[in-house]
Amino acid sequence: MTASLLPPEFADLEPFAASWCLPSEPERWARRLTSTMAEMQAFYDACFPRAEDAIRYCDAFPLHELPEEAARLLDLLSSLALVSYPVEVWRQPLPIDTGAARIDRIAEPRP
Amino acid sequence: MTEFPRPAEGTWTEHYPELGTGPVAFEDSVAPEFFELERDAIFRRAWLNVGRVDDLPRPGTWFTKDLVAARTSLLVVRDMDGDVRAFHNVCRHRGNKLVWVDDPRQDSSGGARQFACKYHGWRYGLDGVCTYVHQRDEFFGLDQLHLALAPVHCEVWAGFIFVNLEPEPRQTLREFLGPLVGTLEEFPFHLMTERYSFRAENASNWKVFIDAFQEYYHVPPLHTAQLGPVHRNPEATFEGAHYQLDGPHRVVSTSGSLKHRWPAEALYPSEALLRSGNTGPWDAPELGAPLAGVNPGGVERWGIDNFQVFPNLEILVYERGWYLSYRFWPTSHRTHVFEADLWFVPATTARERLAREYAAITVKEYALQDAGTLDGTQLGLESRAFAEFPLNDQEILVRHFHKSVGDWVREYRSVGTAGAPA
Repeated sequence: MTASLLPPEFADLEPFAASWCLPSEPERWARRLTSTMAEMQAFYDACFPRAEDAIRYCDAFPLHELPEEAARLLDLLSSLALVSYPVEVWRQPLPIDTGAARIDRIAEPRP
Repeated sequence: MTEFPRPAEGTWTEHYPELGTGPVAFEDSVAPEFFELERDAIFRRAWLNVGRVDDLPRPGTWFTKDLVAARTSLLVVRDMDGDVRAFHNVCRHRGNKLVWVDDPRQDSSGGARQFACKYHGWRYGLDGVCTYVHQRDEFFGLDQLHLALAPVHCEVWAGFIFVNLEPEPRQTLREFLGPLVGTLEEFPFHLMTERYSFRAENASNWKVFIDAFQEYYHVPPLHTAQLGPVHRNPEATFEGAHYQLDGPHRVVSTSGSLKHRWPAEALYPSEALLRSGNTGPWDAPELGAPLAGVNPGGVERWGIDNFQVFPNLEILVYERGWYLSYRFWPTSHRTHVFEADLWFVPATTARERLAREYAAITVKEYALQDAGTLDGTQLGLESRAFAEFPLNDQEILVRHFHKSVGDWVREYRSVGTAGAPA
């Protein structure tokens, strides 16, 4: 058994942590494009009901002094926000009518 | 029946009679020879926004900016006095591209006290003056040359860094921007320092892409999903609240979708959870004062101003206290580089971080729909199946943009034939 990545209060989300605790949008985007809809739906279904509690957990700390486990929880929430589009809106991994277009995020705040 | 009051003429387009109401040709977006004219007539004559003061936070910080359309690369630097300067990024000695990292075809940024050419080791201060020539004694008549980088006119307005490649610009930056864009100067850009940046290489003419960002007529049909999970009516209508033109620049103001006032069942679950979406975070930051510099038309229930700054800068300011900027850089008659930046007051909590993250995600989702579709528009226009296209009143800014581009090219050609230097 490897050490847990998330705070113990969120042990139920641990099965998704290795895949979705990714610290940058390019990594999360790449994961989205290499995931099946079933994988993203399973992650969404498990994580969405826990999201409000997870946000409150993170907000017990100043944003720029998050302990590592809380920072990973925030990364997980960012992944949830990203997969919400395939799950809630498009019903497919990419936006409808994207064609060959790609748009890269080249800078973002951290955390 | 209109939702918002219109000018006395009955339509926005007829309020500006010089625009006409006839169909418009888009040959300017498909002809390689027209792009060759734009390079000199527009990109070597207009003031161009190449960055923000935020890109140069301290003396000695610099960035390079390739301007393919203008056939040059710029070196933009904050000197030791704190002033922003721009130079052609070219060594005085043998014309090597001066500053680059690993790949001379990629832009770069950093901090330095001086710049050294990789090729023969000549060095330059932050003021562009050459400070070192390797084996100086071997040269002939070097003292008679002005050994410095070639400066480019550079001015800062509201924190936006502009350059002008003309030897002597015909207008100062403020004269060029004019009174309409000038009203935006009061907007608190300086408080919004947290940035999400995007870059794309799109398979369409730069104007074809800009056109989709200066009319909202396409939003209900193309971005039907933006209307939410229940109101997916592609036949929904859209009406801009205010349109205004000033020289080559233009603005459209809208009431936004104001989703923070919608009932939860009309929202996507993540919009309700994260309190954010396609018009940005719902919870405005504490700015200490009402938003200044916005809503030039005095629109009731104002939500967004979309300023189109000629030729290729768009600034979108939002009632919820944040802004977006887009820049569109042609690289050929049928390709361009698209740059998008979202700017926020820095987040202090995880909840604020996620609201901003979701806004940044949302911009990319819908911009991908635009990018894919406009690839198709480019292909359609290049077929020359039609010579001219009808534009409605909600597309007035498209009409004005192509007219402005045509005017600049025509004026450049008339000056050129009069014998002035090309």
